Amino acid sequence: MNSMILANSRPMPEPEFMIRPATEKDVDKVIQLDTQLTGMHKPEYWREKFEAYGRRSDEHFFLVATRGNDFLGFIIGEVRAWEFGSPPCGWIFTIAVDPAQRLEGVGSSLFDAVCDRFRKAKVTKIRTMLARTDQLVMSFFRSQGMMAGPFTELEMEVDA
Amino acid sequence: MATRHALFAVLELAAQPERQMSAAEIAVKYGISPNHLAKVLRTLGREGFVEAVRGVGGGYRFAGNAKRTNLLDIIRIFEPVGSLEADELADDNTSEGLALRRVLKEIDDTARATLSSISLDTMLKLVSRMPRKAAAS
Repeated sequence: MNSMILANSRPMPEPEFMIRPATEKDVDKVIQLDTQLTGMHKPEYWREKFEAYGRRSDEHFFLVATRGNDFLGFIIGEVRAWEFGSPPCGWIFTIAVDPAQRLEGVGSSLFDAVCDRFRKAKVTKIRTMLARTDQLVMSFFRSQGMMAGPFTELEMEVDA
Repeated sequence: MATRHALFAVLELAAQPERQMSAAEIAVKYGISPNHLAKVLRTLGREGFVEAVRGVGGGYRFAGNAKRTNLLDIIRIFEPVGSLEADELADDNTSEGLALRRVLKEIDDTARATLSSISLDTMLKLVSRMPRKAAAS
């Protein structure tokens, strides 16, 4: 699990793309990008996520990056509280950027934008969880300043 | 020891890729043996992470890509990472041996994931956030 303390907004060069809340019209593009990246087509999952996160703006954030008609990426986060005693924190559980649009700061801008939402929700710590083997995304979060946090993910098989 | 020297050297050189520094200059900053560091720098040179600049004012310069080079890339040149303990237990097929191997693998996997996810560029950002006193000591 990675976590970091939110600092003040970092000065960023003016991006040539826009970060905004997702709309229903974005969902198909989210599904398409996720299928491209994961090889798993799960439209119902993403439609449910849009209903749960895209239609609320208090402590649930579903943001997308676009340039004109091009869909560049998305990020989803929410405020979670008191799981195993953890005070409210911002959870990022998805980030995806079109491979053809990487190295232009899209991921960093999405990350900064969701951090701004967390900050406005009075949250000063953010966390995420990802596969140890996902070096690309792990390196991305590390480059944003995230370090290992005080929680450990555990799992086991249960009999069917 | 060589690993630590190598990490100091690549971080120092990667912080200012245009600058060349001698082994002695780096050794003074980190309080380490210049002779030992010179050997480490030659090894890093063979691996393509630094390049030697000959002539007056010569020294070493960073030759890698700080965003593409992670800590594991450097460390594995000087020491085996992970699986060593597990290998030592490879012939132990008792239940206890298998269980112990599983626990050690968990530790190794975590160490590898951490080291491979931290690029030199990320390390330099981390260094810049450290208190100046601690960074200099």
